Amino acid sequence: MIKSSRTNKTGPEPGRLKFSFFPGCSLKTSGHENTLSLFKFCESVNIDLIELNDWNCCGSSSAHSIDKKVAKYLPMRNLSLAPKGIPLLIACPSCLLRLKSTFLKIKEDPAMRQDYEDFFKTPFDENLEIIHFFEIFNRIDLKDHMKDPGEKLKHLKVAPYYGCMLSMPPDLRFEKSHAGIIEKSLRQLGADIVSYGYANRCCGTYLSVAKPDIARKVVNEIIFKAMEAGAECLVTACSMCHLNLEIRCTLDSPIPILHFSELLSLALGARDQKKWFPRHIVDPVPLLKKRGLLA
Amino acid sequence: MIILQEGHPDFAGEIQETSGVDFNLCLHCKTCANGCPFVEAMDYAPNKIIRLIQLGMADEALKSSTIWVCVGCNTCSSGCPMAIDIPMLMDGLRHKALETGVEIAEPDILNFHQEVLNTVRKYGRTHKLEIMMRYKFKKMDLLSDMGVGLKMLKKRKLDLIASRIQDKKAIDKIFKNK
Ligand code: SF4
Ligand code: SF4
Repeated sequence: MIKSSRTNKTGPEPGRLKFSFFPGCSLKTSGHENTLSLFKFCESVNIDLIELNDWNCCGSSSAHSIDKKVAKYLPMRNLSLAPKGIPLLIACPSCLLRLKSTFLKIKEDPAMRQDYEDFFKTPFDENLEIIHFFEIFNRIDLKDHMKDPGEKLKHLKVAPYYGCMLSMPPDLRFEKSHAGIIEKSLRQLGADIVSYGYANRCCGTYLSVAKPDIARKVVNEIIFKAMEAGAECLVTACSMCHLNLEIRCTLDSPIPILHFSELLSLALGARDQKKWFPRHIVDPVPLLKKRGLLA
Repeated sequence: MIILQEGHPDFAGEIQETSGVDFNLCLHCKTCANGCPFVEAMDYAPNKIIRLIQLGMADEALKSSTIWVCVGCNTCSSGCPMAIDIPMLMDGLRHKALETGVEIAEPDILNFHQEVLNTVRKYGRTHKLEIMMRYKFKKMDLLSDMGVGLKMLKKRKLDLIASRIQDKKAIDKIFKNK
């Protein structure tokens, strides 16, 4: 993992993309296999990720639920750490919402901007581009990085799962939508996409801790519907969703849940899955072997 | 005609101001209620909360389970024809409920949020294991859900040691600034 300070202002080398990277708490801990496979994926498609130096928690739902001030300044501090001139890539959808809506508020509101600049003693960078991991697929073409792309995930029956990540609050409703990115990229790699009605059903997030019965019900519903539609695995793009789908499922022999970044890295020829797959509750290895995707 | 006898005359105005959400645009079309994945766990559907506020029924709204059960998934607001930011409205109601000191309908959820912020205050980042332990301890319920906790530990989904930031002073400043 490359680290750098915010004084790093150099652009990418020719033929490469460069982003600063905000992992967020879930990816960093319970979803560590997501971070590993995400770095692997970026390495394979010539993207340099530089972890945001000394980033902090975005505040998540808890700060904006019970502490307005903390909810305001936690995302701001992360913005103040972002190096100039390169986009800030965020893989966790809820961290992205927090940072992006804070960014837009500062940009639109002079008083808020003054507050930011006084508090962090740094000018506000209104040109900072904040992007979700999905945006990568608008900037690279997977086909340029592999031979026979259509053979990579051949016949793997995948149910894409977005949870709440495509639902935007009103202040972000004119931002670019990434609907269909998982389907499009995995189909390109030969996977069969299974459609079912629950791809955008929220996973329950923290109700998984405070109200496990409610979370169990939605999680079982989501996985059951995907299985009923013929899926062999579910693919998530959020570590929080991934964790909930794994720990709260009480169905008999549920299908494995894979991170989007794991499937992509696998298709790109990664060989270090031994670090990722043992962290899964439902072992995906038998399925991937059966489909000839692992030796 | 509805005659309110014990309503709070300017509750709607107060909530509009604290939350910054113009809920008077609501058409009561119920798109929000129909799409909400957790409506069954709520005592009032999201559109009904709006109605309670409009009618000045502060007590009912602030003591509702709805304002705590809502996770802010935006399923409702992204479908709302009037672009009402329902999660932001729920935030405003939660803040008001804490401020006025009414009885909290979902103390477990509040307890969870407090534990999350405790670890952020200490480390600058969340620490799941500590959140879970302290949460369970406060609830005096260490045993339920043990299976899931152990499974998470075994799969290394709960780090024993917190990931922490270096510039602790910056976090102190954020938490002190009140
Ligand atoms: S979807 Fe919007 S307009 Fe319709 S009832 Fe809900 S808040 Fe009101
Ligand atoms: S944001 Fe809250 S009210 Fe709206 S759909 Fe999600 S849980 Fe329901």
